[in-house]
Amino acid sequence: MTTSTNTVAAEGQPIAHSVDEIERQAATAGEGVREHDAVFQTVRRPFEVPLVTKIDARDVCVDYGTKRALHHVSIKLPEKAVTAFIGPSGCGKSTFLRCINRMNDTIENCVVSGEIDMEGEDLNDKSRDVVLLRARVGMVFQKPNPFPKSIFENVAYGPRIHGVARDKKHLGEIVEQSLQRAGLWKEVKDRLDEPGTGLSGGQQQRLCIARAIAVSPEVILMDEPCSALDPIATATVEALIQELRENYTIVIVTHSMAQAERVSQKTCYFHLGYLVEEGPTETIFNDPREERTRQYISGVFG
Amino acid sequence: MAVTTDARDIDAAGSSSRKIVERGLARRKRNEVIFKGIGLGAILIGISLVAVLFGSILYKGVPAFTQATLHLDVTFDPAIVNVPEKPVQGADENDADYYERLLSWQRRLVFVNWNRVIQDAIAKVVPAAADNARDAAGMVASGERVRLRDMVAEDPSLIGTTKAVSLVAAANIDVWLKGNIDRSLAQSKQQLTALQQEWADDLYDRGVITMAFSSVLFTNVDSRSSPATAGLLGAMVGSIMMMLIVMFCAVPVGVMAAVYLEEFAPKNRLTDIIEVNINNLAAVPSIVFGLLGAAIFINLLGLPLSAPLVGGLVLSLMTLPTVIIASRASLRAVPPSIRQAALGVGASPTQAMFHHTLPLAVPGMLTGAIIGVAQALGETAPLLLIGMNAFVPNVPTTPIEQSTALPVQIYLWQGNEMRNFFEARTAAAILILLAVMISMNAFAIFMRHRFERRW
Repeated sequence: MTTSTNTVAAEGQPIAHSVDEIERQAATAGEGVREHDAVFQTVRRPFEVPLVTKIDARDVCVDYGTKRALHHVSIKLPEKAVTAFIGPSGCGKSTFLRCINRMNDTIENCVVSGEIDMEGEDLNDKSRDVVLLRARVGMVFQKPNPFPKSIFENVAYGPRIHGVARDKKHLGEIVEQSLQRAGLWKEVKDRLDEPGTGLSGGQQQRLCIARAIAVSPEVILMDEPCSALDPIATATVEALIQELRENYTIVIVTHSMAQAERVSQKTCYFHLGYLVEEGPTETIFNDPREERTRQYISGVFG
Repeated sequence: MAVTTDARDIDAAGSSSRKIVERGLARRKRNEVIFKGIGLGAILIGISLVAVLFGSILYKGVPAFTQATLHLDVTFDPAIVNVPEKPVQGADENDADYYERLLSWQRRLVFVNWNRVIQDAIAKVVPAAADNARDAAGMVASGERVRLRDMVAEDPSLIGTTKAVSLVAAANIDVWLKGNIDRSLAQSKQQLTALQQEWADDLYDRGVITMAFSSVLFTNVDSRSSPATAGLLGAMVGSIMMMLIVMFCAVPVGVMAAVYLEEFAPKNRLTDIIEVNINNLAAVPSIVFGLLGAAIFINLLGLPLSAPLVGGLVLSLMTLPTVIIASRASLRAVPPSIRQAALGVGASPTQAMFHHTLPLAVPGMLTGAIIGVAQALGETAPLLLIGMNAFVPNVPTTPIEQSTALPVQIYLWQGNEMRNFFEARTAAAILILLAVMISMNAFAIFMRHRFERRW
């Protein structure tokens, strides 16, 4: 599938300006932050065994009107691996996630600049068809949001609108396969006609995952998929993510450090719209180089 | 010891602040009770006003659903109904000739002395009627003569036979028997002659006159010469036509406008202006829409006066803002997560709209639309300006024929000079209008429950 042989960058240079410093200047000089955008350096930690890059985002900025939400973020997302975005609320991690399948297009006044390269195609190119893109890049949302339709219809909707299924039988196969991959088949196979909204929270979220994989995407974006779930449902979804990693490139935004540590191979720490530090999950959690990352991970704040 | 002193200080401070809270407690409770009382009072006042309104309409209107009716044996005496055989179309006769013969036969039928037929029928129960033609003819609503004529026109074999027929009594008989006129008034001020008064009481006691269900209210059109047989059929058909026009004009246009404004329109100055104007239009007095309709549909486009088509279009314009506002509100009430979910699996914005958001908004839209249509049904002012307050004793068969409408009919009856008869008739018409509206609203509620889905 992937032709790119790029490896995840691993500069690991000392930072020129800490986020602290920029914050302070921003507080006194208002728009001063932007002047420092170009100088800000993300701490990049190397992988021992370089991973194949699926998505290469370069210099991505997001502005909501006059407010800049994301400052020159460059990340390489490894293929068939889980990348976790962590950081306090409002740090831009969800904003960046939504750039990848262009969900920010639906927000008024939101301007995304920069390049997001997936296998040589720029996803951020406005002439690209978002419908095709979203078939390739699926998304799972924070709150389980099944359609108020039957379980079958929930999963069948994607294949149906894209015209993937050849006939009814094929559609049934796709639905069964998707539900099986989402680990939900056994629980719902006898009640496919019942409304998806009647399932438990964890089941609903897995139904949403099944719905996302029914259109066979290459990438699955998950925006805090477990934040509305109880610990047991969370464990099920996490186990599912581990299984899905074998076939899909997964990007997950999470507020739970423990979850990031458990499920991801790569971790990116965002703070106030900057990508502060990124690298192998183990390295980030055991030996963070940036002060803010260390404090966030050890629970000093956030 | 310092520690105990501190503890005591804190205790003292604690108990004093507690006292302050306790002192305020009574006042807070009192305020709560007062507010609850005021709220309850407001609701009670509202309910009692509605009860008074409905009570008075019911009190006045219900008696009008029954009407003094004479049950007579009518003899179609060939001496009086002296018409030739009803013409039959000959095998070699063309249509024009046949209709000419038929028309002349019908003309003969019109000139039959139907009052005499009625007089003879009454004379069978009150022999004195045989000598008092005017009094006898005045007992029965004048429109009933036409009914007897139509019976014969339809079935000429009735001639020479006697048939039991229920004839609606004249309005004045009804008024007299229902006690809607002061019987102690001097005879010179009475609407009925002394003979008629006597006969009415006598026949009522004997059961020849009964208070029967007033079916003419539903089967007849308005009438000025025969108030007792004046009905609402024309007005009801006119209102139904207008309602259908409103449903097919205002609802689709309103829903599509709401969909576009809510989901697809860019948020800029122009759409802001449109939005403000829609909200303002909802508050424009309805009579202004009547002026607009008169200027555009009648003067500019040359559509006929008093036509349900024009009325329906005017009411559509009036209903449009209501439908748009209700539809937008119900679209906005659909959780954005559903739309995002659809977009997330690659649905286009139009697909997300029509597959997910719109179906979920349908119950709310239906409610808004039906309430809008019900409101239009009861609207009078704009109809006055497009000529629907004309006296139209006719059931419209097409929307461009002259017609009247239920609320306008109520307005016309309310102004009728035969007050003591039409007051009850008006209230009955109001009851019918209310019944239609309540059933429409009930339908709206039913539809909402039917289509409502939880998420």
